[in-house]
Amino acid sequence: MAPTRPDGPAAGEAEPAPAAVATDPGEPMIVMRQVDKWFGDLHVLRDVNLSVARGEVVVVIGPSGSGKSTLCRTINRLEPIGSGQIWFDGQELPAEGRALARLRSEVGMVFQAFNLFAHKTVLANVSLGPIRVRREKPAAARERAMALLDRVGIADQADKYPAQLSGGQQQRAAIARALAMQPKAMLFDEPTSALDPEMVGEVLDVMTSLAEDGMTMVVVTHEMGFARHAARRAIFMADGELVEEAPPAEFFAHPRSDRLKDFLSKILTH
Amino acid sequence: MDVILNNRDAFFSGFLLTLQLCVLAGVGSLLLGTVLAVLRISPVPPLRWLGTSYVNVFRNVPLTVVFFFVVFALPTIGVRADFLQIPGLDQVFTRLGIQLPYFRMAIFALMLYTAAFVCEALRSGVNAVPPGQAEAARSIGLTFTQNVRHVVLPQAWKAAVVPLGSVIIAMIKNSALAGFFGLTGDLSATFQQLVSARGQAAIPVFLAVAAGFLVLTIPLGLVLDQVERRQAVTR
Repeated sequence: MAPTRPDGPAAGEAEPAPAAVATDPGEPMIVMRQVDKWFGDLHVLRDVNLSVARGEVVVVIGPSGSGKSTLCRTINRLEPIGSGQIWFDGQELPAEGRALARLRSEVGMVFQAFNLFAHKTVLANVSLGPIRVRREKPAAARERAMALLDRVGIADQADKYPAQLSGGQQQRAAIARALAMQPKAMLFDEPTSALDPEMVGEVLDVMTSLAEDGMTMVVVTHEMGFARHAARRAIFMADGELVEEAPPAEFFAHPRSDRLKDFLSKILTH
Repeated sequence: MDVILNNRDAFFSGFLLTLQLCVLAGVGSLLLGTVLAVLRISPVPPLRWLGTSYVNVFRNVPLTVVFFFVVFALPTIGVRADFLQIPGLDQVFTRLGIQLPYFRMAIFALMLYTAAFVCEALRSGVNAVPPGQAEAARSIGLTFTQNVRHVVLPQAWKAAVVPLGSVIIAMIKNSALAGFFGLTGDLSATFQQLVSARGQAAIPVFLAVAAGFLVLTIPLGLVLDQVERRQAVTR
């Protein structure tokens, strides 16, 4: 696994257009090369090299503290990296500023704690980005937001505030909020870890349907079932390193490294 | 009692002028304080430094010294707070437009001083907003300014309302200093005028002036309690 600099033909000043049209479909959506990051003395990412193809669903698994969330958050630069390079859709991540804001608008992110805007209704949460970032007309943006809420199955909750919704509903609203920006890829940072067990399924259903529709997804999760049936590739991360990767069937059936064997034995025996 | 009744016009106009002073200085402090708070949380280090320096200076210098500086030092370099002669506004608050600068200077001094406290009250409100809110805003592509305006500040206001109220109540009481720095006709100047110059009985005059301030501060406190209760319901 040695990703090279993707020389996408879409680089330069070309006006933004839907990804599938504007860019080489063979070019990876996300490329990380020799990425290192420290939190003080703690080396959270160690020489991470990763390439995610367009339409690929990658699941990242690993023990807590292994750097999975940090990995996920570096892709839209919510966490800046210490050294190395990250490209998204052929463009290296810009430094803080307007260019970065523009890039972030093309990367959907779903958080463990939902992070819906607490002072806005569900509908306003979903339409805020399209109205403020994409300058869509409010009426059109709300209409599209309603369609998305319908897609994730909570159109009837549109006028409620986040605190009035169940965890599963909140997370589906958060997915709708990310989708409203028509992102080129979606990052999921443990999207079901804060949910009551009976609500995990409804969120995974939405994610599965996204995967089937060809969305590029990086999913940090403990949901082995989702990893098995929706992912094209599973990655095991430990101590800040990408230890092992394989298609899910092989990943779970024939783990190669001792660390993954040990991890799987701990989580799969119960 | 006669002292109060005989001078009720003076008390009433004094009350009105103090009210005007407080409204204008209050609005000014809230605006300037908000700008300062945004500076202090901005991602640009020099702006943060500017905001922090401002707060450190004006929060730590006594208000009397700020008044001295504004009323006596600034005019020597030609500053007479003329920027407060805002067209339209000076029709409502007629003292803004007049030649003598003391009303404007009093607003300016109170504003400079109070803004530092408004900034800190707002910042405590900003700190009460969970960091995930700003992260989510950034992740959908909002710029810093949009993030502050649409996500962080609207939620920070809620957490800051009660400390902000205390700051404004303190400012109303502080406005009594204005009468000792050139302003004529507000409550504190009326007190001075009646007791020192005209030799009226000090205790009834004091009670009337104190009542004038209480009429301003106590209802504000009640309004704040109401706002707090309403928010507790919607939360």
